[in-house]
Amino acid sequence: MVERIVVGAHYGLRDWLAQRITAAIMAVYTVILLAMLLGGGPISYAVWQDLFMQGWMRVATLLFAASLAWHAWVGMRDILMDYVKPAGVRLTLEVAVLLVLAGTLGWTVQILWR
Amino acid sequence: MANAASGKTRPKYLSLPALLFEIRLPLPGWVSILHRISGLLLFLALVWLLALLDRSLASEAGFDAVRHYAGRVPVKLALLVLVWAYCHHFCAGIRFLFLDLDRGVDKTTSRLTAGIVIGVSLALTAGLGVMLW
Repeated sequence: MVERIVVGAHYGLRDWLAQRITAAIMAVYTVILLAMLLGGGPISYAVWQDLFMQGWMRVATLLFAASLAWHAWVGMRDILMDYVKPAGVRLTLEVAVLLVLAGTLGWTVQILWR
Repeated sequence: MANAASGKTRPKYLSLPALLFEIRLPLPGWVSILHRISGLLLFLALVWLLALLDRSLASEAGFDAVRHYAGRVPVKLALLVLVWAYCHHFCAGIRFLFLDLDRGVDKTTSRLTAGIVIGVSLALTAGLGVMLW
């Protein structure tokens, strides 16, 4: 009987699980937002702005944005690992993806709390 | 030739015509690659969509400008593609979550659910498209 000792930082399992949990969060948000938008009447600026000014909606949207950033990072990293073989190019693209995602997250905060 | 000697015709895999016309990806394969493509599309469109959200929430004039901009045919088509990408990514994602839980893994069920995913996301896209325009 061989005792297998699992070593390593478990990045793979953590990201795999995170991608699924963030997916569930985004799915719930999507259904709620869609129900709110389709349930009401025509969407005017007042309705639109009112929706995103509410406290719970700001927090929910921020949670969605954070989930999206993490989810998209795992997905994009998977794509880059599959198709981009030269290490330098891959690293450059990975950094670019991270910058875009971090930037969009910061921008979302700005949009929600201005 | 070994083939002639044995009297067998060997199948010719992975020639270009075979790849194009003979080897067909099964439905679950289509769902999978479309999941990846739709995810990539959504990532690439992220900054653009966020810019639209920013503008639409900033002021009433910005809201009207975005509405006018979204009414242009090329923009409309691009948004429709993104709506499809979102719907497909959503439906296929739910299917993958069930597969992770070992539900619907056998061939018959997985082909059936793959067809459902493709059909439902197209129907949702059509429905949302009609509602938005």
